[in-house]
Amino acid sequence: MSLNLGNIIFKPTEQYHLNDITLNFEPGKMYTILGRTLSGKTTLLKTIAGLLSPDSGNIQFEGKDFLAIPVWQRNVAMVYQQFINYPHLNVKQNIEFPLKQRKMDPNLIEKEVSDAIQKVGLKGFEERKIQELSGGQQQRVALARSLAKKAKILLLDEPLVNLDYKLREGLREEFKKLFIGSEASQSIFVYASTDPLEAMQLNGDIIVIDEGKILQTGSAKDVFENPANAKVAEITNDPAMNLNKGKIDNNKLILNNEIQFNLPSNLQSMPSGDYLVGIRATDLYLDDQGFDFQVDISEISGSETFLHLHHQDTKCVATIEGVKSYEVDEHVKINFDLSKIYLFKESGELHYSPYQN
Amino acid sequence: MAKIELNNIAHSYNPHDANPLFALKEMSLSWADGGRYALLGPSGCGKTTMLNIMSGLVTPSHGRVMFDQKDVTHTITEERNIAQVFQFPVIYGTMSVYENLAFPLKCRHFADDQIDKKVKEVAEILNLQDFLKNRAKGLTADQKQLISLGRGLVREDVAAILMDEPLTVIDPDLKFRLRRKLKEINAKYKTTLIYVTHDQNEAMTFADNIIVMDEGEVVQAGSPKDLFERPQTTFVGYFIGSPAMNLYECQADNTNQVSLGMNTISVQTNLDQKNTSNLKLGIRSEYITVEQSSGPNTIHADVIEVEDFGNYKLITAQQDSLRIKAKVKREQVVPTDKVFLKFPAEHCCIYANNKLI
Repeated sequence: MSLNLGNIIFKPTEQYHLNDITLNFEPGKMYTILGRTLSGKTTLLKTIAGLLSPDSGNIQFEGKDFLAIPVWQRNVAMVYQQFINYPHLNVKQNIEFPLKQRKMDPNLIEKEVSDAIQKVGLKGFEERKIQELSGGQQQRVALARSLAKKAKILLLDEPLVNLDYKLREGLREEFKKLFIGSEASQSIFVYASTDPLEAMQLNGDIIVIDEGKILQTGSAKDVFENPANAKVAEITNDPAMNLNKGKIDNNKLILNNEIQFNLPSNLQSMPSGDYLVGIRATDLYLDDQGFDFQVDISEISGSETFLHLHHQDTKCVATIEGVKSYEVDEHVKINFDLSKIYLFKESGELHYSPYQN
Repeated sequence: MAKIELNNIAHSYNPHDANPLFALKEMSLSWADGGRYALLGPSGCGKTTMLNIMSGLVTPSHGRVMFDQKDVTHTITEERNIAQVFQFPVIYGTMSVYENLAFPLKCRHFADDQIDKKVKEVAEILNLQDFLKNRAKGLTADQKQLISLGRGLVREDVAAILMDEPLTVIDPDLKFRLRRKLKEINAKYKTTLIYVTHDQNEAMTFADNIIVMDEGEVVQAGSPKDLFERPQTTFVGYFIGSPAMNLYECQADNTNQVSLGMNTISVQTNLDQKNTSNLKLGIRSEYITVEQSSGPNTIHADVIEVEDFGNYKLITAQQDSLRIKAKVKREQVVPTDKVFLKFPAEHCCIYANNKLI
């Protein structure tokens, strides 16, 4: 049974925290709410959980008015950024707590708890105290508790953000396995994240949110290939998609009146005029024949080097495979893979994507 | 400024017990004047102990600390000319920015005009010149952290600035600015900067020399590129880069060849004689290529999963007990059932007892 949000508005101050949100969630599917810090992700999850009441709008779940149902009867589980556990209880007691509260049959509790412990990889840790666990293990306990509840709606608010990057790498992979193909797949999973890679890896539907407004919904692949507007292109790419003012004029593609290309064949049919020109960091490359850029800084991310560059007013980031060293203000020659250019209208709306049709 | 040397340093918090436990195992390290260093390792690896030994907060139970060949092992912190920047900005909130920066010089009885000149110079490089009269309290987190740093920079006699996870409380957007600033400062003032972190990306972005620690030992010291391409231990291979290095048990067949399950792999490591027990082969997922047919160094494996990360694809493949992760371009066509994966000989690292041969 689906969960439907209709025209949800939440405006506690001058600014909208949630601005006219309408969404449908189907059981057995994984949804990733992707947005930057303070975009409204947590507010949206809390509204679904019943921890916040919207100013207007409606929520229907299994055909019932969800807003009329108090929090404790909503059968929703939520996992937070911070690892929230009962510090005085051991691992097993933490996980069985909500089931005991519900006065579930003890034999059934035993089974559900042991299943959940198995799933999150905490077998052998049942009697451990919470303080004796690492951050990653503590988050596993919180996750196991929410899984054991067999809630029909499972909300995860950036559950990996406070873990260090090696743990994140391992857990992210496990997350997907937990949700896909398990008996819990009759539930609705909503996962909030700021990380485009995480959203791509979870490979469900992506809901892009910014300043409390939904900008786009669709499959991970579709949102990646055809971002509805320039803002989405920034939010769904890490590094954000490079966007520069440009124009098509006289069979040339020109960025900031500085960098000029012969119009590639794929853009021949585009009308002349001003555009916002988008290209991903991965579609820039080092090339001796390329344009001269100066390095603002190079950052290492996992196994890649992000080069932050400028050429007069043209700013961009290029991803270089592997770990490389560049000094601040060093000059490099960079070229653009023109078959991967995006064009946005000046209003920001997508005009041309290399993946269109 | 000074060259810092740690000669046969070891530290035990119970050195007089029959079986002392060592938080730092014996090591010798030298820190070149003007270098940009990171001390990297998981929590509990001994990096904070090492930092405290350099700053003088901890006197090592074994070995000597030398600043420019002068033994400072028993010299107290105040006399060592070390500046420190902590996780949370330490500033005098009621003082102005100017007074904060001037404070270390005032304490050392510098003349007012000298102080004025130095404070203005440092404020300018830190972009704090417009805030000099403001109370420090009202500034943003990154500006406060710059003040902490500035107090180290005003002193020309500082041997090194030690920073303990200095970007923890800084917003992602501001981190970028601060990182660039740190590099500029290092280039301009040639002050030795030593940066402690558990975050691989942070360390590799900041430093030109990284000291990786694990369980009280220095496991590798080198450039980010060295750590990535030639990890000296299997731990470094796992810890640096994302995804982690693929690692497999193997047997030496002859001088330049190993057996990996049912496969024969040529390598460039000389495997003659000794050191060939407990052998492992390591290869980064970036260096594995997809081939059309069988050939030398090629493994035929079942495709378990192909994940689309947008910017690249990650193939998970399996042959018996060998699980292989290969990172390939998004455009790479990957068969759905079986795939030929090539391990180029020049990218295979061979480990004996987890140490690179």
